[in-house]
Amino acid sequence: MLKIVHMTVNGREVELAVDERESLLDTLRNRLGLTSVKKGCEVGECGACTVLVNGEAIDSCIYLTLWAEGKSVMTVEGLKGPNGELSPIQKAFIEEAAVQCGFCTPGLIMSAVEIVGTGKKYNREELKKLISGHLCRCTGYENILNAMERIVEETYKVCGDDK
Amino acid sequence: MDIVGQKVTRVDAYGKVTGEAKYTADTEPRDILHAAVVHSTIANGLVKSFDLSEALKVPGVVKIVTCFDVPDIGFPTAGHPWSVEEKHQDICDRKLLNKRVRLYGDDIAAVVATDEVAAKKAARLVKAEYEEYKPITTVEEALAEDATVLHPEVRKDNVIVKSHMTMGEADFKFDEAVKKAEEEYGKDNLVLLEKEYDTPRISHCHIELPVSWAYVEPNGKVTITSSTQIPHIVRNSVAMALGLPIGKVRVIKPYIGGGFGNKQDVLYEPLNAYLSMVCGGRPVRLEISREETIIGTRTRHAIKGKVKALCTKDGKLLARKLEAYANNGAYASHGHAICANCGTVFKDLYHDDMGTEVDCWTVYTSSPTAGAMRAYGIPQSVWITECMTEDLAHAIGMDPYEFRMKNCMEEGFKDPGNGITFHSYGLKKCMEIGAERIGYKEKLEAYKNQTGKVRRGIGMAIFCYKTGVYPISLETASCRMVLNQDGSAQLVMGATEIGQGADTVFSQMAAETTGISFDKIYIVSTQDTDVTPFDTGAYASRQTYVSGMAVKKCAGILRERILDYAAYMINNEVTDISKTIYADVVKAAKERLLKAMPVDEVQGSMLDIVNSRVVAHKGEEIIDLFDVGVVADTAFYSLDRSEHITAECTNHCKDNTFASGCCFVDVEVDMAVGKVDIKNIVQVHDSGILINPKLAEAQVHGGMSMSLGYGLSEELLVDPKTGRVLNDNLLDYKIPTAMDTPKLNVEFVQLEDPTGPYGNKALGEPPAIPVAPAIRSAILNATGVSMDVTPMTPQRLIEAFKKEGLI
Amino acid sequence: MFDIKSFYEAKDVKDAVRALVNDPDAEIISGGTDVLIRVREGKDAGKSLVSIHNIAELKGVKLLPDGDIFIGAGTAFSHITNDALIKEKINMLGEAVDTVGGPQIRNTGTIGGNICNGATSADSASTMWALNAELVLEGPDGERIVPINEFYTGPGKTVRDRCEVCKGFIIRKENFEGWYGRYIKYGKRNAMEIATLGCAVRVKLSEDKKNIEEARLAYGVAGPTPLRCHKAEAAVKGRAVNDPELYDVFAREALTEVNPRSSWRASKEFRLQLIEELCKRGLKDAIELAGGEVDA
Repeated sequence: MLKIVHMTVNGREVELAVDERESLLDTLRNRLGLTSVKKGCEVGECGACTVLVNGEAIDSCIYLTLWAEGKSVMTVEGLKGPNGELSPIQKAFIEEAAVQCGFCTPGLIMSAVEIVGTGKKYNREELKKLISGHLCRCTGYENILNAMERIVEETYKVCGDDK
Repeated sequence: MDIVGQKVTRVDAYGKVTGEAKYTADTEPRDILHAAVVHSTIANGLVKSFDLSEALKVPGVVKIVTCFDVPDIGFPTAGHPWSVEEKHQDICDRKLLNKRVRLYGDDIAAVVATDEVAAKKAARLVKAEYEEYKPITTVEEALAEDATVLHPEVRKDNVIVKSHMTMGEADFKFDEAVKKAEEEYGKDNLVLLEKEYDTPRISHCHIELPVSWAYVEPNGKVTITSSTQIPHIVRNSVAMALGLPIGKVRVIKPYIGGGFGNKQDVLYEPLNAYLSMVCGGRPVRLEISREETIIGTRTRHAIKGKVKALCTKDGKLLARKLEAYANNGAYASHGHAICANCGTVFKDLYHDDMGTEVDCWTVYTSSPTAGAMRAYGIPQSVWITECMTEDLAHAIGMDPYEFRMKNCMEEGFKDPGNGITFHSYGLKKCMEIGAERIGYKEKLEAYKNQTGKVRRGIGMAIFCYKTGVYPISLETASCRMVLNQDGSAQLVMGATEIGQGADTVFSQMAAETTGISFDKIYIVSTQDTDVTPFDTGAYASRQTYVSGMAVKKCAGILRERILDYAAYMINNEVTDISKTIYADVVKAAKERLLKAMPVDEVQGSMLDIVNSRVVAHKGEEIIDLFDVGVVADTAFYSLDRSEHITAECTNHCKDNTFASGCCFVDVEVDMAVGKVDIKNIVQVHDSGILINPKLAEAQVHGGMSMSLGYGLSEELLVDPKTGRVLNDNLLDYKIPTAMDTPKLNVEFVQLEDPTGPYGNKALGEPPAIPVAPAIRSAILNATGVSMDVTPMTPQRLIEAFKKEGLI
Repeated sequence: MFDIKSFYEAKDVKDAVRALVNDPDAEIISGGTDVLIRVREGKDAGKSLVSIHNIAELKGVKLLPDGDIFIGAGTAFSHITNDALIKEKINMLGEAVDTVGGPQIRNTGTIGGNICNGATSADSASTMWALNAELVLEGPDGERIVPINEFYTGPGKTVRDRCEVCKGFIIRKENFEGWYGRYIKYGKRNAMEIATLGCAVRVKLSEDKKNIEEARLAYGVAGPTPLRCHKAEAAVKGRAVNDPELYDVFAREALTEVNPRSSWRASKEFRLQLIEELCKRGLKDAIELAGGEVDA
């Protein structure tokens, strides 16, 4: 059955008719064309479909779209500035060569947005735990963690939680 | 210009961090039909009949096809170049859907529906009736005399191929060598080791599922977009499977989310194409699930090695013998190539004074099919070889590092069987660097005489790896370059980007050789077999080497054509060029050139391109002439001599070379809970000149992570009673998470390989080889316990420590 | 898309109970991290779902007037971990639920679901057993309170009626004040794991921190349901924290109270080894957290 859902997606208010059986992954990809949201396992094990709902990273493959009623959803498509400029997190991923096949990348970047958004300083071991809900088969996580460390450090310098 | 060797940013990074890079599922049209595959619920037997009544009632079902409907055509799936010599052709043991069921989860029917839920629901409701045989999931069962023959149409028993190879005398026999050695050295001066080492079946776990979608174009062309490493080979197999001429099939490969060899096989593309054809050519998508991927695509072979080795007590390796048994599962896929590769490296990696004897069996079993996976039989080979090396060194009380230095393959090594030569030798240098970086000697000393339940250990492993597949198979690659009006150029390759960074390094090569600046090389990432020149695809560690040769050759031709036109412009400045908007630029350039180098007629060979500028060299001095864009624009639109400057060529590579390297690890073993903590790890690679050191390092990280899983946690489990895969998901099949991965340290020994187009050689696969055996070596050093089966899971470790009375 | 018959988002607990009563095929869905997976597997395909996902009254942690703590069943794991009251009073529970799956799962999965699905491997369960947690269930006939040790009836089975909604958990003051503890999750990996074994140890020390006044030991995956080891607890009660036999006695008794099974995931022998080893490590950690001095 189709039902109407209202949510803010990447800063834009949307009103959509969705099948009540849809996952948020389905809706974002198939109805809104936000194909950065990737399907890798459909059971919340790989993290490729990670998006932010009200600022928190969730696996959109096991999140029913109707739950997002009234909530704010963010995907990687929402990070780029109005003139196409990349966010510091995206830049760090590029410069640290944290991207290979790129399939886990959008999800990881969304987790990074949540992590960096806390304004807290995390060490490498803490960062490992914070990204442990993402499986990556290409990078051994090494350069991803390098990118995360760098962006966490840069952000903390500018707006650390004790400032 | 030296763009080769620079840490330039990946050409696809922007698209990937913004989510704009399109993968197969991102390119589907709306309102596409959804397909689901029906899988057998027995491992071995025959489908007798179907009851489709319930399935057909599901609203939205468009079509159900079964194994009784599909064309009765056998086809091969291996990502090997097709051979025009019959005896080198891959085994045609596949059908689109199978009446004869050979694994639990075999493809027996397929449903097409208007939505995904309907397709899956109907697939669940298809009822099959079987004649069931006993599952034969192990090599032992499959080789038993009363075993059902799985493919009687292609093999009389379940042995796909058995091969024999030797080093030393052609008829070298290990047992005879033992007798001879006992006479020569005396029995008391020898150590004879006889052991069995085992490796698991594992899953590739690319994060993007194998997904494809297909439709029939109005001109009748069957078009498949697929997440594959090998679009041109897929095209060939689809044509064979459907009985179509190859020109009727078109395969498009967009960005892919990893492959690691699983997508070096033709997977569901033929079935997907067929499903579209039976639905009137409408677009149909076939995205199999993670579970189906793990069970029904390909796996890395479980290979068991029975070894015998003989060495003197002072550490001279005299003779070795390997009997390798590869469980190939239900279908031949890459057939014997992988187990043979395993045997080859066993004999190559160390020098046996007397000789080496190798026998390889590749065996059909009624279990998931094994095919290519990163490093193609060598992780198994090096596990077996290095377990043996360690156990020998341990038995004679020799430092395993010294034992390796004494016995490993030497500079100038040439495999007498296939002629592959170690053209640039860095193996021992790698060992020296690795040992120094980890502090091997100090740690070896410090970790002596430990007691307690938590112990430290230091370990290592070495490997060698051939770069391409020549002369075992064809190595061919093509490249096209097309100059734009502004002097930039498209680079079109049949070789594929699969995450490894191929597009970036090809662009660097093209820039290096043409002289066009890197930012003006536009690589076309998507392969479309209707458009893209031929290449066999991403496998082996071939592309930077083999396809790199094609880039170099093609870029050289393009450069020559640009310069010829530039010479024409200078020579005809007064006549043809003076009428153009570039008259002044060319006139001034000509004056500069002739002033420095007075000649009657300028030849293209006198000119060069540096950073997209056409120049001439006079000694150290560079005479700047004009931009390549001036040449290109003139060439396009000249009313006197219009020419679209392009280049296209094939490079048939008839060379190969060895890469090598090693891994060192420093571990802490918490015996009471069976956990191994990697305190430090260093991997060193001898991969020739690095085209892009940053990407090369990243490539090594990924391989190390894979081998870490191979050593500690990854194992696809098959229930021997039913043949059913037990851990068909990413929760129970354990690839390392970030929390399981130590800081990964990488070093390179950069020796120019004379055969590589830019001095380069294999790097894609080698990183996935040595970590597992290095961890095993460190556990042995820490505890004195030799783990002979990988992965060394907590349960296996605890069992072993209990057996030795350590806990 | 999920193969479900219908979906209803309940407005509040009473509404959810009503919806469950009205549809005999209906099942509760909270965070969805278990239910949706079962639907996808086909086990629960075709069911109706009554969602309690967005019911505000089920979320959050609060201090009750008598000093007890109430944890709403719909509180996500990460919200428990980051809750100031939990951090102050029952940090061990926050740490325990911080070992579930990965961060994304912890942002959606709820403690109510974790307990109510009846799994012996649930990471919150052994700690909740060690805390003597009580469940507040509301059904068509009103509310009832069930102590956690009476809640489980078998693997995946509990006393909760299909039409009952778990509203939350009460942790009594006497079960956390003065208590310290550690939950050790043993997985084959360090993240994205179902516990091979979970071990929760809590202690309350004498005022001088020299003796164990009381101890609690609970396990997950050491039997078909989570379980307590009362004999092991009794065996260390009153013992000095530096008693040389303390750990061996604790582990020895624990081994007599457990009943792990062999599966393809782990053998019984392997689990017994972990049962023995982890309770020692947990006890040592708990004593240290309580301020006791442990001989190195």
